[in-house]
Amino acid sequence: MSSTPETRTIAVEVLRYQPGHASTPYVERFDVPFTDDMSVLQGLQHIKDRLDGSLTFRWSCRMAICGSCGMMIDGVPRLACHTFLRDFWPGPLRIEALAHFPIERDLVVDASDFIAKLPRIKPWLEPAVPLRVSAGEHLQTPTQLSRYESFSHCINCLLCYAACPQYGLDKAFLGPGLTALLHRYNSDSRDAAKEERMELVNSEEGVWGCTAVGYCSEVCPKQVDPANAVNQNKTASALSWLVRLLPGGA
Amino acid sequence: MDGWWRRDRFFLKYMARELTAFFVAAYALVLLAGVIRLSQGREAFDGWLEGLRSGWSVGLHLVLLAVFLFHAYSWFSIMPKTMPPLVVSGRRVPAWAITTAGLACAGVASIALFLLFTGRPR
Amino acid sequence: MKRSGQPPYWLLFGAGGMLSALVGAMLVFLTGIAAPLGLFGADTAFTYERAAAFAHGPLGKLAVEMVIALFLWHGAHRIYHTLHDFGVRLNAFTWLACYGVALAGTVTAAVALAVI
Repeated sequence: MSSTPETRTIAVEVLRYQPGHASTPYVERFDVPFTDDMSVLQGLQHIKDRLDGSLTFRWSCRMAICGSCGMMIDGVPRLACHTFLRDFWPGPLRIEALAHFPIERDLVVDASDFIAKLPRIKPWLEPAVPLRVSAGEHLQTPTQLSRYESFSHCINCLLCYAACPQYGLDKAFLGPGLTALLHRYNSDSRDAAKEERMELVNSEEGVWGCTAVGYCSEVCPKQVDPANAVNQNKTASALSWLVRLLPGGA
Repeated sequence: MDGWWRRDRFFLKYMARELTAFFVAAYALVLLAGVIRLSQGREAFDGWLEGLRSGWSVGLHLVLLAVFLFHAYSWFSIMPKTMPPLVVSGRRVPAWAITTAGLACAGVASIALFLLFTGRPR
Repeated sequence: MKRSGQPPYWLLFGAGGMLSALVGAMLVFLTGIAAPLGLFGADTAFTYERAAAFAHGPLGKLAVEMVIALFLWHGAHRIYHTLHDFGVRLNAFTWLACYGVALAGTVTAAVALAVI
């Protein structure tokens, strides 16, 4: 015998920002019917389809891979597709745009700062000698892979940036996600651009803005552990500073 | 960003950890006073010792003791995130094991210090 | 890109944090509670003779200097960054209030130890 899943209703408070319509953000409340299998993203889609078509948010894959639907859900940076409405019943559930980024419209943030910083970490492999495709695969051992693999799982969802108070206080800080990605390339046996990237790590915008809060790693939906990437590089940066003190170490 | 640290329990715990710094520095200043008094001779040092026996001082040190214990706990709790990954026979040592090992080291070092301090004068 | 000046402060902060996490609580208990209250009998009490004898040897001097200096630098570095966390603008004055105190304490302890 088939049964219809039980439908409940949750109050969802969304921080709206509609330039051209209202000059400041405001909170709007929606009553959203949901079943136990519905994500917050599906709740937002219900609002957009049935209640208010002007609600604006980013989404794509619905399965925590694309990294588009990051937002503050009850004050915590989370992926809307990776969070269930049932965990917040009866509400009210508060949904806001990601912290520390300018709001473009409703739940859509302006990530220009992140995008502008991205090429600075050289997020590509730079082999010591140019390789031709005809030379075949560039093989790695499982151990070599394990050095960077977890850091390659980043989906650029920006949750760690919304979690990082130091990024909130100082936008010049390179921040958790990009440092994890930088570390991913620096730890890759096929790459030879580590020294150039270390200049950024050692700089005032580099790892030293971090105070090891550790919240970035807590909110990461992919267990990338950006806090570990940042702090490993603090150790590396401090060691390189010590080496410069030695005779002939400059 | 005003009051950002009140936004989440995680941040409150972080702030508690950061504020232990005032107590660590305060204890260093107590010891510094003792060393200065020691360098000034017996009478000066006995005065410092007398001060340590006051209720205020014992109360302060009870607070310091609690804060130092929290400092040790928080220090070794964040260590799995701050140190490079530790790999033993091909497997990454889990965070809880690093924290436990750190606290165990603190226990051993503290027992050694206790024995050193309470050992009979040579 | 300007190289950050943080590494030496951070190294001292880390050394002090580790030392205080390892033995800080026991030190507080011994010097601030057990010794003043005579918890372990007269033989082991904190006396001028014992303290002076300990601080007379080079190893004792080094131990006392390490504890005082590293605890101070640990505290200074964390307080400096916590001020920033609270929205205080960092400048020469905040530097002096934090690292200046640590530096002064380090030198004072070394001078006092030298004459014991």
